[in-house]
Amino acid sequence: MSDFAQLAQAVFKGNAESVKGLTQTMIDAGVAPLEIISQGLVAGMDIVSPKFKAGEMYVPEVMMSARALGEGMKMVKPLIANSDVAAIKTIVVGTVAGDLHDIGKNLVVMILESGGFNVIDLGVDISPAKFVEAVKEHNAQILGMSALLTTTMLSMKDTIDLLKEEGLRDKVKVLVGGAPVSKNFADEIGADAYCADAMAAKDTAASILN
Amino acid sequence: MLIVGELINTSRKAINEAVDKKDADYIKKIALDQVEAGADYIDVNCGTKVYNEVETMEWLVNTIQEVIQVPLCIDSPNPKALEAGLSLCKYGQPMINSITDEKERVEVVLPLALKYKAKLVALCMDDTGMPETAEDRMRVVKSLYAKLNAAEIPDQDIYFDPLVKPIGSVDKAGDEVLGTIKAIKEKYPDVHFMCGLSNVSYGLPNRKVLNRIFVAQTMTLGMDGYILNPTDKGMMGTLAASQALLGQDSYCMNYITAHRKGLYEE
Repeated sequence: MSDFAQLAQAVFKGNAESVKGLTQTMIDAGVAPLEIISQGLVAGMDIVSPKFKAGEMYVPEVMMSARALGEGMKMVKPLIANSDVAAIKTIVVGTVAGDLHDIGKNLVVMILESGGFNVIDLGVDISPAKFVEAVKEHNAQILGMSALLTTTMLSMKDTIDLLKEEGLRDKVKVLVGGAPVSKNFADEIGADAYCADAMAAKDTAASILN
Repeated sequence: MLIVGELINTSRKAINEAVDKKDADYIKKIALDQVEAGADYIDVNCGTKVYNEVETMEWLVNTIQEVIQVPLCIDSPNPKALEAGLSLCKYGQPMINSITDEKERVEVVLPLALKYKAKLVALCMDDTGMPETAEDRMRVVKSLYAKLNAAEIPDQDIYFDPLVKPIGSVDKAGDEVLGTIKAIKEKYPDVHFMCGLSNVSYGLPNRKVLNRIFVAQTMTLGMDGYILNPTDKGMMGTLAASQALLGQDSYCMNYITAHRKGLYEE
């Protein structure tokens, strides 16, 4: 098995120790950081995704894989050359104003990170102004909003409207999700996509950005 | 034991379609099915109808009450929809789902509970967010209980919901809930409980097994209210069996009745 395949397998199995060891070996051997990420770490998650979708793997297993991947990421990220940093896409994520639900949002953050994206987690109860400010500050390509309440999901529209006012709507894709949110609702408020779960968010982000 | 039937919720596809088509017969059938299966209250939730929730709530409450005479559990994060539903309740003591210890929520929901003499589902969360541990939850319980008590809401009208999270993403979620039930029961012996428990098994295989065992575990510590699908025979059978084992079923009559109703036929 190639080193990349071994690293991918370690991510798939959720073995953080093994991921750390293999990543260190590759770093010492001078493998390019972006290659370690794409062909090793993220490739491991690409084994997980279809198995999760097919019902062969379960949420806690996906979390173990994502966590193992995160350990490798921590080691590799500081080594990425400045010229390459721009190649990593940024996604701003948060739960909307008036809403404190964070379990689903946290899963999304973890899974997006496992897709090799730079994820800015704003937390919960985030106002439209804060979302827009973060999109500007981090020069984000994607904004992800979560809402678990029917009363708070309307605030997603306020954020999208504010993005328009600020002339940013064309620069950022908006993904929405959460229990009461639907594809119809996403279309109604002018979001770019509805994501049913964390894995869908990662796949949607990947297809938009690549 | 108090069972709230959860099926009339517009986040469910069939209910959403029935509401859109004003298919009163379907709504009535689902209400009646739940009562016949043993529901004490019928939950009414049309929160996904964000643009006409109030009208939808009115139509649902009126439609349901044409066929059944059990009290309703009016379920909405929107105070206007709560009031619309409560003002139309005709049978028994209505229930509000839910109040939390978030400042705004207390300000709008507590007056409604007093005005309509409603039972209150009280979620263990506040402005600081979702609780992690049993201690976090107890902090909210104490603060919220003090407010409800000061407003003279009787203990037996308070139904604390310990907030069940998925064990698939939070390892200790089940255990923290059990610890919360125990602590509430010790401190406030006369309040009741309510929980939607299917959350506990999210993202895991064999969800039914986890849900049923969690019923037995929570009931053992004093949980006495569940919001669930009462037409799920296995779940209702588990409830009856658990009650009998806990000495809450004189001569095991409910358990035997459940058997005769076929709840244990797999």
